[in-house]
Amino acid sequence: MPRKIETIALHDSSTPQFGDIEKGGNVVVTSVETLLNQARANSLWPLTFGLACCAIEMIAVAGARFDIARFGSEAFRATPRQADVMIIAGRLSKKMAPVLRQIYDQMPEPKWVISMGACASSGGVYNNYAIVQGTDQVVPVDVYVPGCPPSPDALIYAIMQLQAKIKRSKAKTFKDLRLSEAANPRTLESVK
Amino acid sequence: MSFSLLRDVAKPILSGFSITAKRLRNEKVTIQYPDEYREQYPRTRWRHFLVRYDSGLEKCIGCSLCAGACPARCIYVEAAENTDEARYSPGERYAARYEINMIRCIFCGFCQEACPTGAIVLRKNFELADYRREDFIYTKERLLEEYPGQHNEPFKGQK
Repeated sequence: MPRKIETIALHDSSTPQFGDIEKGGNVVVTSVETLLNQARANSLWPLTFGLACCAIEMIAVAGARFDIARFGSEAFRATPRQADVMIIAGRLSKKMAPVLRQIYDQMPEPKWVISMGACASSGGVYNNYAIVQGTDQVVPVDVYVPGCPPSPDALIYAIMQLQAKIKRSKAKTFKDLRLSEAANPRTLESVK
Repeated sequence: MSFSLLRDVAKPILSGFSITAKRLRNEKVTIQYPDEYREQYPRTRWRHFLVRYDSGLEKCIGCSLCAGACPARCIYVEAAENTDEARYSPGERYAARYEINMIRCIFCGFCQEACPTGAIVLRKNFELADYRREDFIYTKERLLEEYPGQHNEPFKGQK
């Protein structure tokens, strides 16, 4: 039986109805989202997740010469509860994969993942029994960075790409704003 | 308890900021990356290019030595015979398909060293990050330069 659509036709775009924000007021949602996206894109706090040699380049990015603070990402957090973006820097072994997944699950929404380097993105030269052939088998990856290891400016370029992706995103409903975990409980489908 | 505003407050602040003032004259070390690019080292290896002769023919002869030398096994070459009607390279064969999995490549440059004709070169364009895995399979269309000498031209931001 098809669902009845009751409210959308009644709404005028010039008069958004706040009480019915989930069904109608797209004007409010998009305006709020523009503001949110600016804030989110320009204060991406990375999670310290250095797994191998790529981490050295990730540390160099935080140094004075490349200075990731210019993009608002200088605050490397040691806890997933305070992080926005997970930079997987290095090869992910199969023993580490469940840990990576758990830490990703502990990060609050909204969250993003940068797969840094050949090993994290595809396994690189380590095509063997111990290494996960691409971290996108474990977590959804937003930006891949090729390189072995990627130079600091290549990682900065990836962060710029991620910022562009965040600013591009379009919310249609209140839930898409991802303001709280309770309003938008994560399912397996939504992660894919 | 004796308290002197000058001794306990003003003097430490001034002595502290005097160091800051000294450092103001130092050279600025930060590279303002999206606006200015740093000078790469001469042998920096990044994005691959397939090169043409001055006549416009491709240098690649489809011998697969690059694929054999690749430690990450990220190059795939499929050769085909040249004919008089369709001549792509000076030799007998040419690369009908040439694909590099850029996400598995470790940019070691062994392919460049192994190549007998100097067909594949690695340049300094490092801006390769992308969103989807499929976009990292660089096909021959993306690797091959459009006209002879294009790979020698500086890309955006190169010094």
